[in-house]
Amino acid sequence: MDFDLTEDRRMLSDTLTRYLAEQYGFEHRNSVAYTAPYHDAEKWTEMADLGILAAFAPEDAGGFGGTGFDVSVVFEALGRALCPEPMLAALMASRLMMATGADQETLLDGSRKYAVAIGEIECPYGLDYLATSASAHGDGHVLSGRKTAVYGGQTADVFLVAAMLNGSLALFEVAANDAEIVGYGMMDGGGAAEVLLDGTRAKLLLADARDALQDALNAGVLALCAESLGAMVYSYEMLLEYLKTRKQFGVNIGRFQVLQHRAVDMLTEIEQARSIVIKAAAELNGPKATRYCAMAKNLIGRAGRLISEESIQMHGGIAMTWEYPASHYGKRLVMIDHQLGDTDFHLAAVMAG
Amino acid sequence: MELTFSPEEDAFRAELRSFLSDDLPAHISDAVRAGGELSKDIMVEWHALLAGKGWLATTWPKEFGGTGWTPVQRQIFEEETCRFYAPRIVPFGLSMLGPVLQTFGTKEQQDTILPRILSGEDWWCQGYSEPGAGSDLASLKTRAVRDGDDYIINGQKTWTTLGQHADKIFCLVRTDVDCKPQAGISFILVDLDTPGIEMRPIRLIEGGHEVNEVFFTDVRVPATELVGKENQGWTIAKFLLSHERTGIAGVGFSMQALEEVKTLARNTRRGGGMLIDDPLFAARIAQVEIDLEAMKITNLRMLFQAQKQGAPGPETSILKIKGSIIYQELNDLARRALGSSAAPFPGHVTEGNILFGPPDTANSAAKYFNNRKISIFGGSNEIQRNILTKTMLEL
Repeated sequence: MDFDLTEDRRMLSDTLTRYLAEQYGFEHRNSVAYTAPYHDAEKWTEMADLGILAAFAPEDAGGFGGTGFDVSVVFEALGRALCPEPMLAALMASRLMMATGADQETLLDGSRKYAVAIGEIECPYGLDYLATSASAHGDGHVLSGRKTAVYGGQTADVFLVAAMLNGSLALFEVAANDAEIVGYGMMDGGGAAEVLLDGTRAKLLLADARDALQDALNAGVLALCAESLGAMVYSYEMLLEYLKTRKQFGVNIGRFQVLQHRAVDMLTEIEQARSIVIKAAAELNGPKATRYCAMAKNLIGRAGRLISEESIQMHGGIAMTWEYPASHYGKRLVMIDHQLGDTDFHLAAVMAG
Repeated sequence: MELTFSPEEDAFRAELRSFLSDDLPAHISDAVRAGGELSKDIMVEWHALLAGKGWLATTWPKEFGGTGWTPVQRQIFEEETCRFYAPRIVPFGLSMLGPVLQTFGTKEQQDTILPRILSGEDWWCQGYSEPGAGSDLASLKTRAVRDGDDYIINGQKTWTTLGQHADKIFCLVRTDVDCKPQAGISFILVDLDTPGIEMRPIRLIEGGHEVNEVFFTDVRVPATELVGKENQGWTIAKFLLSHERTGIAGVGFSMQALEEVKTLARNTRRGGGMLIDDPLFAARIAQVEIDLEAMKITNLRMLFQAQKQGAPGPETSILKIKGSIIYQELNDLARRALGSSAAPFPGHVTEGNILFGPPDTANSAAKYFNNRKISIFGGSNEIQRNILTKTMLEL
């Protein structure tokens, strides 16, 4: 048993954290997060050069990582900086390409951007009720349907799309130029897109892709949980600082027991959140990954909302302003629940065993 | 980052399992499973069994006859004894007084008292709380006045757990009143047979007799019974508080309670189906299961930290807070699972009464009420939050 990071992962974490602090400060973050295309191509390349994307894939796929802890370390650092870059899309695409055996070189070096299109408006989170359909057409296939809230969809060169083919869930590749992409900014920053498919040309990658898609979802869930954890920790640091400096009634407001005890409860939930992220990371490449990722996303959803709401409340009016970073952290912590399954969705998954 | 146990730890678990499955008598595990009060005989028998294996003093170093176990081994012991429904080790002599004497006691005290704890000859109880000194322990008033070679003790202690079985009591007493409250407290050992001591039961919420109040009227105790120096008692009390901390999360007990609730829900018919298929009930089980899964890791992380630093830190208060919330939630679910069968007072269910559930589940409501204590004793959850505020948040 050992709860310390390995030297390599500690370096990865330090490198990315330092890079983001120096190169992706909060003003820059906000300018990217809320302005199309919600992506800074130069920073993306720099992060790829640091090996951040290569951490998603194992050595035999051209990377140097691929374990749950590689994923959690990277996304915790991204969450701490509230980085809006579409790293989640790259991670999920890398997991899918591992299943198809495709060459990932251009993904891992950052030169080609992928987005993963699974969810639909009436089936936003799971794989059971997807309606987008595929049919054979000439030498290849065509797809029809609408994929919703595809993260990083605006800047993607290629989409990996889940669609029903002959009654089973299959995986296709669609070139961005072939589909109608309707992009938009998100409530908490960053970009997504609706992908409209109407007899759209597609290349079949996997005829039975259910397991591969579930694995990509699991990795994505773990990544979001770690991202949330990073955002929670930073948010909490801001709050403690505020409690120690903000004076009302002649004293620092951190002297009030009613706030102290609530702050302790937040700390407790953050520690629980870290524990469940560790557990999910340890299980990501094992047989119970779906269950532990679901557990993590449920707990993170609850904890994230608590940290967000309490942080805003205890900061008072200042955290309601656009200018103060706590507001943006608060938004991200709540909106993460809308990505890849909310607390209820994942609770139901745990209940199902 | 490595979450698995070492091969040595796995072997240790296997050894415990084979002992528990072969040597734990059924009448003991049945009594634990029933969930009511355990008799003194059962606790003594269990202690003797463990002592025979050299496994009784789980927190003591080997030089004093303890196991010398690491915090992780102690965690494994808790999990396995819970899995097999072995009784909890009575902590007062073994996890409380023992370590105090090993750290602050004289050689003579160590040599005479520790072996008697191990042999079961002496059953110790704790005299800390008073009617006016609960969370604010330092305000305790029980007075010990020096008179020649003795102290004369007057006052009252309360919440003395299992004092009705005890031979001796270790007490915090006031030896100086002209100073800060913390600076005038001493730690002293008292034989309960000494004239002037009266113990009275306190009946608890569920009807059980678990705790007592102890009255001291001119009780004469030799000054050699002092542990540490006069007025050093607060230091010892604080040491004890930090020493008690591994196992404070009660993870093994919550794992046991979760399995019980699931089994109960699987076997309970309700509204045309099984209770486990009721989505409202199943959702509550799932949520607490998730919290417990996280708690297991939080607990291991803190054990790992304690093992690295040599002592548990103040962050272990988190284990007490969250661990108690989880355990109490499971108790609540067990009570609800019984439906109307939770209604009868413990012991009032008879075999001929088919309206109610099996007698071994009939204590769920009593257990629920009794375990409200978990978030109150050993420093209430509010006190734990104060500790964390000071030490971790530095507010």
